[in-house]
Amino acid sequence: MKSIITVIIAATLVVFTPTKAQTPEEKGLNISKKAELADNGWGNYSSTSVMTLKNRNGQTTTRKTHGYFMEVEGDGDKSLTIFDTPKDVKGTASMTFTHKVGDDDQWLYLPSIKRVKRISSSNKSGPFMGSEFAFEDLSSQEVEKYKHKYIGLVKLNGVVCYKLERYPIAKTSGYKKVIAYLNKENYRPEKVIFYDRKDSKLKTLTYSSYKKYAGKYWRANQMKMVNHQNGKETLLNFSNMKFNDETITEETYTQNSLKRAK
Amino acid sequence: MGENKKIQNFANWVVKRRWFVLLGAIILVMSAGSGGRFLTFNNDYHIFFDEDNPQVIAFDELQDKYTKDDNAFIVVVPKSGNVFTKETLAAVEELEQMAWQVPYSTRVDALSNYQHTRSVGDDMYVENLASDIENKSDSALQYIKTIALREPALKNRIVNEEGTVTAINVTVNLPMDSMNAPMEVMAYVRTLVDDWNEKYPEFDTYISGIVMMNGSFAELSMGDMMTLVPLMFLVILLVVFLTTRSISSMFTSLFVLFFSIMTAMGLAGWMGVELTGPSSSAPTMIMTLAIADSIHLLVTMLQLMRKGMPKREAIVESVRINFMPVFITSITTIIGFLTLNFAEGAPFHDLGNITAMGVAAAFFLSIVLLPALVAILPFKVKIKEEKEGKTPLLDKLANFVISKYKPILVVSVIAVLGISYLSLKNELNNKFVEFFDESVPFRSDTDFISDNLTGIYNLEYSLGSGEADGISNPSYLNKLDEFEQWFKAQPEVVHVNSFSEVMRRVNASMHGDDVKYYKVPENKQQAAQFLLLYEMSLPYGLDLNNQINVDKSETRFTVTLKNISSNEMIALTAKAEQWLRDNAPETMFSHGISTALMFSHITKTNMDSMLQGGLGALILISLILIFALRSFKYGMISLIPNITPIAVAFGIWFMIVGEINMAVTVVLGMTLGIVVDDTIHLLSKYIRARRELNKSPEDAIRYAFQTVGRAIIVTTIVLTAGFSVLMQSNFGFNSDMGKLTAITIVVALILDLLLLPALLLTIDKVRTKIKNNL
Repeated sequence: MKSIITVIIAATLVVFTPTKAQTPEEKGLNISKKAELADNGWGNYSSTSVMTLKNRNGQTTTRKTHGYFMEVEGDGDKSLTIFDTPKDVKGTASMTFTHKVGDDDQWLYLPSIKRVKRISSSNKSGPFMGSEFAFEDLSSQEVEKYKHKYIGLVKLNGVVCYKLERYPIAKTSGYKKVIAYLNKENYRPEKVIFYDRKDSKLKTLTYSSYKKYAGKYWRANQMKMVNHQNGKETLLNFSNMKFNDETITEETYTQNSLKRAK
Repeated sequence: MGENKKIQNFANWVVKRRWFVLLGAIILVMSAGSGGRFLTFNNDYHIFFDEDNPQVIAFDELQDKYTKDDNAFIVVVPKSGNVFTKETLAAVEELEQMAWQVPYSTRVDALSNYQHTRSVGDDMYVENLASDIENKSDSALQYIKTIALREPALKNRIVNEEGTVTAINVTVNLPMDSMNAPMEVMAYVRTLVDDWNEKYPEFDTYISGIVMMNGSFAELSMGDMMTLVPLMFLVILLVVFLTTRSISSMFTSLFVLFFSIMTAMGLAGWMGVELTGPSSSAPTMIMTLAIADSIHLLVTMLQLMRKGMPKREAIVESVRINFMPVFITSITTIIGFLTLNFAEGAPFHDLGNITAMGVAAAFFLSIVLLPALVAILPFKVKIKEEKEGKTPLLDKLANFVISKYKPILVVSVIAVLGISYLSLKNELNNKFVEFFDESVPFRSDTDFISDNLTGIYNLEYSLGSGEADGISNPSYLNKLDEFEQWFKAQPEVVHVNSFSEVMRRVNASMHGDDVKYYKVPENKQQAAQFLLLYEMSLPYGLDLNNQINVDKSETRFTVTLKNISSNEMIALTAKAEQWLRDNAPETMFSHGISTALMFSHITKTNMDSMLQGGLGALILISLILIFALRSFKYGMISLIPNITPIAVAFGIWFMIVGEINMAVTVVLGMTLGIVVDDTIHLLSKYIRARRELNKSPEDAIRYAFQTVGRAIIVTTIVLTAGFSVLMQSNFGFNSDMGKLTAITIVVALILDLLLLPALLLTIDKVRTKIKNNL
């Protein structure tokens, strides 16, 4: 008898629960997955970038790099970044393997001593080259690195966006949460707001100058990070973005090639 | 006299239209007082400085260039006496983790998360020194101890040399315009530490830091308002009752005082004043100064009533008699307090202006509201034949002065000159921790910390390399190294935090932790690339942005000092500047910046500007006296008893304290207006006796003593009592101000009763002789 009642109750629940109803968490995860899917298959690209650092007094300084990026099926992406300026670090190269689960791997090649050094993996939330970008802001944003929560649809500068809250899973993350605004039409990020470990608003990242590459992949050519707490900001401009760069292969990402990287 | 008639008519009108006057006064006071809702507390020490103060600009520029480093400094002392046990280190890590939740915190530095660099194989590891302690072996604990007591970045800063005391430094970035932020942080930190301490009772805790200082400033200012003002009211009640023996008088004068304060504070609110430690003492000062007006008016009225005059006539007559002296003493007091505008920093301007407004309000209310109230309230007086105010003691004093005026003159001139000379020997001191009384937790905690762990006073430099990315230049790094060693060799120095230390440490770790490489790299590219690697290895919140500027052309250099005086600090800074001039390239030169030095500089400038302002006020007051006394000669004579009390008081200050801070410099202006009052009363009576009653100088002195001697002594007692209330403040600024003012007022009384009559007798007797000889 008991089991029959259970079955009936369960059946009733199934019948009367609207199939579309998702928890905000499920919906958030779904949207993030769709966003990842929309960008899936980009393969590889290379680009150069100029980072402009500005402090509270308005003093600025620039850092130039160029990099090679490759999509990895089933795991996080690989990247190789070579520093062009400041002069003293010219030729210094960093290689990163992002992972969906666990810590990323990162190496740095120092031309002055001709050595490759591994970087402490747990410390990825520090500032990148003294900028307002943390390393974790620049590495690939894997869905698995966060818990997601859908908040709602909002209009941002006339663009309808999904508003999502994401909670980093790694304990070493510098953030308690990030709020991401994804364009409803094409899932590209328009704005991300970062909250520090005590849940105070820390930084806002705004994406602009979007361009479509290889027919379907949106890339922002400008990213502006404003730190609300210290008044500093960093502007990151990309150029020479080239998709399907034949020079990028699996071989690009070895410690030996890191030493030869140009 | 036409003027007297006018005042009499006015007083009659007030008494007749008492209800209308009362209502009008209430409406006026309420509308002024309603500005009180705009009053806020400002607890940022910046407010003590003018906006264009060069030291403050340099300090703020430094903070903008790197990071703002307001902090809360939590010190924990294990009762076991050993920091390097599993229990202690685990508890410290827990506190460090909790501290990241402090509002506005940007960085937490502790033993647990110190970024220790070491080489493993060919790699450099940058990791927490003492986290995840539960799983560490005894040898690992020993390793942590060795490192902690060796690292220059930790020793004498985060842990003491004996390994018995350790600290957690929480850096906060307070929002610019939130007045409550320091209070919020302070409250949070206190709760945090209490909670932690409850869980770990085997520790003693101490809290210091800039945020705690700012918060304590605000707390004490508010505390002063809460405790001193009621205490002051009590004192006033007592004084009024003792002098008038009338409940209605008590009520009337309380009403006048309360309204005066309300008007002044309300107007301050309308003007957008932000209250601070010094300006929060304004209500106490207003009460002290304003009560005299009421007392004069009420006492005269009651005397007249005792002689049988009806109440309403008596009050009109009292207003007529007292109008001029009350007016003039109010004006001089106002002028004195307005000189505070010559001092630097809004707190003293505000104190001066609010008090001046309060004194002005008290004058008007005493002349307008008080008679109306008296007319309304019942006053019962027993009519009795009064023995006309003869006080045997004052007679004796008068006779003594008259008979011994020559020796008195000689002795008091010598004493005045001698003691005044000592005033020059006062040393400047602005150890801001000492602005707080020892009973304030911030003070006692800070004292403990400076005795047992590290210094509280800093000296900061931003040392330039002359070019972008120049900080990796070996020549720059070597110079930095030398400067660091030079400072470390100075006996006044506890700790030096220099970027060269980071480079030495990283260089060693890049060479297999070889101590031979514990020196700055010899090659610029190497240095730059090592730095890049190191920076990329640092975790959230522990970056080098607090030490390196944005284009890597300058680094921050912080020296922690022992508990030395401002003068020693100034001397050390000068020595360091000389070292930089002699040894370092021009681009590296920087002035030493420190909050303690900032306070010292403004004490110096305040002293100068208060002297100038005081001189101006003195000239103005003397002109008023010349006009009021209608005599150039007596106006000039009055200068002496007006100037000397403050000089003597500073001399006495040298004997009992010996150190001058910002607060006591403003006493100069404050007391000027008060001191003058006694002189005015004595001189005006003396002159009246000479001119109108044709008395000899001796008899004129006796007359002056008999008529106003008692009043002068009573008001001095009232004022001294009032400023003694201020002495009870836990806020060193206010208690010092109260102390020195009280000293000045008592000295003024003594000089007015001895030096002034001796002076008058000497001059007037010589003149009489000359006249007689002619």
